[in-house]
Amino acid sequence: MSPEKTSILDVSKLVKRFGGFHALDGLSFHVVPGEILGLVGPNGSGKTTAINVISGLYAPDGGEVVFDGASAGGVASHKLVHRGINRTFQVPKPFLSLTVRENIQVALAYGGATGAPSIAELLEEYRLKEVADRPAADLNSAQQKMLDLTRALATRPRLLLLDELAAGLNPAELDWIAGRIKALAATGMAIIVVEHLMGFIEQITDRVIVLNAGKEIFEGTLATAVREPQVIEVFLGGEHAH
Amino acid sequence: MHNASKHLLFILAPLVVVFALLPGVYQNHLLLFNFVIFLILAQGVNIIYGFTGYLPFGYVGFFGAGAYGFAIMVMHLHTPAPFAVLVGGGVAILLGLLLTPLLRLSGAYFAIANLAASLAVLHFVANPALEGITKGPYGVSLTGTFNPTHAYYAAVVVMALTVGAVVYLKNSPFGLALQAVREDAVSASMAGVNIIKMRVIAWLASALVAGLAGGIYAWYVSVFYPDNVFSGEFSIFAIVFALFGGVATITGPIVGVLILYGIYNLIGFTTPQYFQLIYGLLIMGLVLFLPAGLVSLATRRGWHVP
Repeated sequence: MSPEKTSILDVSKLVKRFGGFHALDGLSFHVVPGEILGLVGPNGSGKTTAINVISGLYAPDGGEVVFDGASAGGVASHKLVHRGINRTFQVPKPFLSLTVRENIQVALAYGGATGAPSIAELLEEYRLKEVADRPAADLNSAQQKMLDLTRALATRPRLLLLDELAAGLNPAELDWIAGRIKALAATGMAIIVVEHLMGFIEQITDRVIVLNAGKEIFEGTLATAVREPQVIEVFLGGEHAH
Repeated sequence: MHNASKHLLFILAPLVVVFALLPGVYQNHLLLFNFVIFLILAQGVNIIYGFTGYLPFGYVGFFGAGAYGFAIMVMHLHTPAPFAVLVGGGVAILLGLLLTPLLRLSGAYFAIANLAASLAVLHFVANPALEGITKGPYGVSLTGTFNPTHAYYAAVVVMALTVGAVVYLKNSPFGLALQAVREDAVSASMAGVNIIKMRVIAWLASALVAGLAGGIYAWYVSVFYPDNVFSGEFSIFAIVFALFGGVATITGPIVGVLILYGIYNLIGFTTPQYFQLIYGLLIMGLVLFLPAGLVSLATRRGWHVP
């Protein structure tokens, strides 16, 4: 099964520079529908930058992003949303003065999706029913993360990028959200997860890509990755390798 | 009944009826006219500031452009006044289009750039070299169209349309999306909202509102100088009235104009010597204790304010 035929996202030789700093330095990978791919790596390795480029927040300085057979690099975010890409943010960014319900309504009205889940379903499934008519500013950070996720899901993405969704959740919430993410993937949604919690990554991903300095240094399962000297080196420093 | 119908029936309709009937029972028609003009301008500020987050310190630029658009049509082309008012609105939209690059700025930078832009328009219009077109600094005296009664009712119509537009914003996904852009532009784009398009539409709508108001103002007064119709007081008053009542609501700017412009005239009639003292204290009190406007007295208690 060649990735070119079935993948929904193909990233090749992606470059993103900030001044002289190469945040992404020739990154290539692909994702297929229904797959949960983990992006791991130390701080500054380019994980969030990759998500920002794929979701249209940054235009790439080189390389290509192909989503569903068409070029997606440098395309405006709202157009990518309409084509089926969405994301959450490391620090959730809800519309603070709008109610939870209104937050989701905006995405339902402007997401351009047919057959999107209803507000009632989203509120119920992501435990926001009780706070539905409160301003988003009143929510705690875990609830704001869920609201951020429902905002993304309301546009019915086929590729969902989750940027540290699990950080700050308690163990019970982690298990629960892991179940939700797997259920989404089971519907055929491709999901890219950026996360520091390795246990969580192991629980949900099919495959991980380890990044260092904007490049891929490993691709495979997390269980294999942790035995890889190069991976151990970038995470723990040179003296622990070998 | 839908919320929008309720808002039209219980807010817009009474306002229009009251201002349509008041000239029959109250003799100071100029004062009534000024109330209507400020109701329009405060709602125009509400559209661009309340829903979109851009504070238009140079809002009067559109008002003045509308007044001169009207004057030029009447002076040079002898068009009927209502048509000239529409042209005034069109001129304001053109000015708005010219100024769309300002929307790249935010916060105080936008406010200052907008103020500078309005001064630039004033000095352009008042330039003696343009005397043949705008009468330059010597002012405009329009003959043949003077009809305060018609101008007053035209103002009431524009006020009704403006409040109607705000009712729409308050009750539509479009208005919700504008507020989303104001709250967080990046998240709004990830909700599928074309943020540039939304901002430009709100900006041009508020420009149109001020341009129509300016055209009607020119119709009403007939004689004016550039300094009159580009006076910064229009911007400041409209902003203060809208903020005093509370923006991003339908009622806030209306309440703000009725109370604050009411007090303004009351002090002006009774104790003009204390005018600036009382008015200044009032505005300081507002900023310190009610930064979200009078309506926040109700919203803090969990009441829904339309």
